Amino acid sequence: MRFQGDLIAQIGEFRARGLIIDVAALDVLDSFGSRTLRNIAEMARLRGATTVIVGIQPDVALAMVELGMGTGEVATALDLEEGLVYLDRHVRGRR
Amino acid sequence: MEDDRPEDGSQDFPPLDERDEDQLLPQLVAHLREHRTKLRQEWAGRIHDAHLLHAMTPQEMAAETTSVYDNYVEVLETGSVEALQHYARDLSERIIPRGVETHEVVGIVLLLRDVLARSLFEKYQRDFALLNRVLDAYEPAANRIANTVAVSFVEERERVIRQQQDSIRELSTPVLPVRERLLILPIIGVLDAERARQLTEQLLRGIRTHRAKVVVIDITGAPDVDESVANHLVRTVDASRLMGASVIITGLSPEIAQTLVTIGVDLGKMNTIGDLQGGLEEAERLLGYTVTRDEAAAAT
Repeated sequence: MRFQGDLIAQIGEFRARGLIIDVAALDVLDSFGSRTLRNIAEMARLRGATTVIVGIQPDVALAMVELGMGTGEVATALDLEEGLVYLDRHVRGRR
Repeated sequence: MEDDRPEDGSQDFPPLDERDEDQLLPQLVAHLREHRTKLRQEWAGRIHDAHLLHAMTPQEMAAETTSVYDNYVEVLETGSVEALQHYARDLSERIIPRGVETHEVVGIVLLLRDVLARSLFEKYQRDFALLNRVLDAYEPAANRIANTVAVSFVEERERVIRQQQDSIRELSTPVLPVRERLLILPIIGVLDAERARQLTEQLLRGIRTHRAKVVVIDITGAPDVDESVANHLVRTVDASRLMGASVIITGLSPEIAQTLVTIGVDLGKMNTIGDLQGGLEEAERLLGYTVTRDEAAAAT
């Protein structure tokens, strides 16, 4: 909750247009975790930033779909680099 | 060793009746060691007569039969099958690739058991009670040996079969990079749950290794898709998307299309195109767009 609050506040502070969440270090992502990620993305959208989740590991991806958890409407990319490419395209396109 | 002892010389041994039962087995072992050459040759002859082990040359046969004989006698002596187990596994490893069958291996061990039992009959024929006691000691050990060898052989065969199955599986689900960031996954043959699972794992690993953006899964060569496999396919598409790759499925046969609709798989999420050619064109279109943007970004 604290993390969410700080993050959303900082999006306004830095006038961020994009947000990349890197989960490459996570071996497990439970339903709470993925819901939190979805919530952050939705809050960020309301504050005017596009969110990309990057670095989901093969095992994590499998576990997530098997448990019926997705990232909803939130975009995903292979890694940080891909996430930047995605944001570059989408955020610029919107300007 | 007194090999010149007459064959019917059971009376040459001191009377055994007062001996402990424990003494029977050592005496038996001593007898088998003593007549090793003759018995082994008799055994090899019977293997030949039974047309077993065609795959081996006479020299190999002589070497192997000698080792098996010595191992056999050693097990009788020590009662421990561990060394024999090790030897049998080693032997199996050598002879399985040459096409030796289970019945042959079991056959030769049973032949040796019979040859040795005959020699015991001959030796103790004068004293039926004693013969019975000798056989009481011999038979369980001999049966245990036959069991050990057969089990070791079958286990080794199963191991080889498992290994082959694994490599066939790996070969049957190749993940092929065709262009930079474009993978093709042709599925050929029956797709069971185990193979579908393995396919997904390989694909996800391939996506990460090749940094793929687009994956074309071609199921022209898959004759049938049941409900669990169809659902697995959908999960594969979802998982690939989580890793940032979009999936195009091509080559859906009319039957599979019907199955997917009937069982209510959500086709809206699946990007399907009639044939592999169309799928590749679509993938190139998708990637071409991305590549153009990348070049523009690199130029600035």
